[in-house]
Amino acid sequence: MSNPVQLLERLSTVRGLRGSVLVSAADGLIVAESLMTGVDGRAVAALAASLMNRLRRATECAGRREPVFLQLQAQGGSVLATPCGPDLVLVAVAGPDANVGLARLEMLEAAGKVA
Amino acid sequence: MRTVEPWVTEPLERFLAESSARLALLMTSAGQVVAQHGFTRSVDVMTAAALGAAIMASTGEIAKLVGESNFLSLAHQGAKQHVFLSAFETPRGRWIGLVVFDAESTVGLVQLFFERLVKELAAAAPKQVPEQQVLPENFERELNASLRALFGR
Repeated sequence: MSNPVQLLERLSTVRGLRGSVLVSAADGLIVAESLMTGVDGRAVAALAASLMNRLRRATECAGRREPVFLQLQAQGGSVLATPCGPDLVLVAVAGPDANVGLARLEMLEAAGKVA
Repeated sequence: MRTVEPWVTEPLERFLAESSARLALLMTSAGQVVAQHGFTRSVDVMTAAALGAAIMASTGEIAKLVGESNFLSLAHQGAKQHVFLSAFETPRGRWIGLVVFDAESTVGLVQLFFERLVKELAAAAPKQVPEQQVLPENFERELNASLRALFGR
C-alpha cells in the first residue's frame, strides 16, 4: 500500500480539485486528507462513505458488482468517489472548472495503489 | 419519541432522521432522562441512562488521569450494533447523549449530526427557566408526570 498522504497530494495537482480525502468505509471517519480550507472534511467523509455504502447495496440488489466510480454533479462542482478495496473510499471535491476526466483517471489509479 | 422537555423534540427528530440511529437517549449528567426514542420498556431506559451516565463519569476520571479536561465522546463498536456516547453543555447544564446505531449508519455520520443536534439544542433551549422549589409533596406528582411523558403511562 502506497503512502495515502502522498497519493492525495498528487491528486491535488489536478486542475480544479479542491481536495481529497481517504475515508474508512465502515465508520465514515477520515484516514487521510488533503483539503483546501472551507471544505468540511469530516462532513464530506461521513456523508460520502454513507452514500457509497448505500450504492454498494443498491448495485448488489440489482445483481451488479461493486460500484467503480461515483460522480455527483452539483451546481457548484462535483463530488467524486471510488472504493479502494472493501475498507476504504477515496473522495474528491471538484470545483466547476475541474478536469473531471483526469481526476477520474488519477483517482482510479490511486485507489488501486491504496487497496 | 418521548420527551420531558418539548423544545427537544424537533432537533432530536431531525437528528434521528439524518443519522438513521435506532435508539437515542438524552439525559442529564446525573442520569435523569430528558428524552428517549426507540426504547420500548421503561426499565431499559432507566438502565441505559444510569449506565451511560456512569460510563461518562468514569471516562471523565480517566481524562483527568491523562491530563485531559474531558473526553468529548466515545464509541463502542459491536458486531452488528454500536453505541455512541457524548457529553455536552446546554443552557440547562451538562447533558449526555447515548445513541445506538447499526449498519444503516456509521460513527462518522452519527458524530456529524450529533454535533448539529448539540448546536440546535443550544439554540432551541428557552432562555428563562422558572425556578422551581423541590418540595416533597410535589415530588411524586412530578415524577409521575415525567414517567408519563417518557413512557406514555
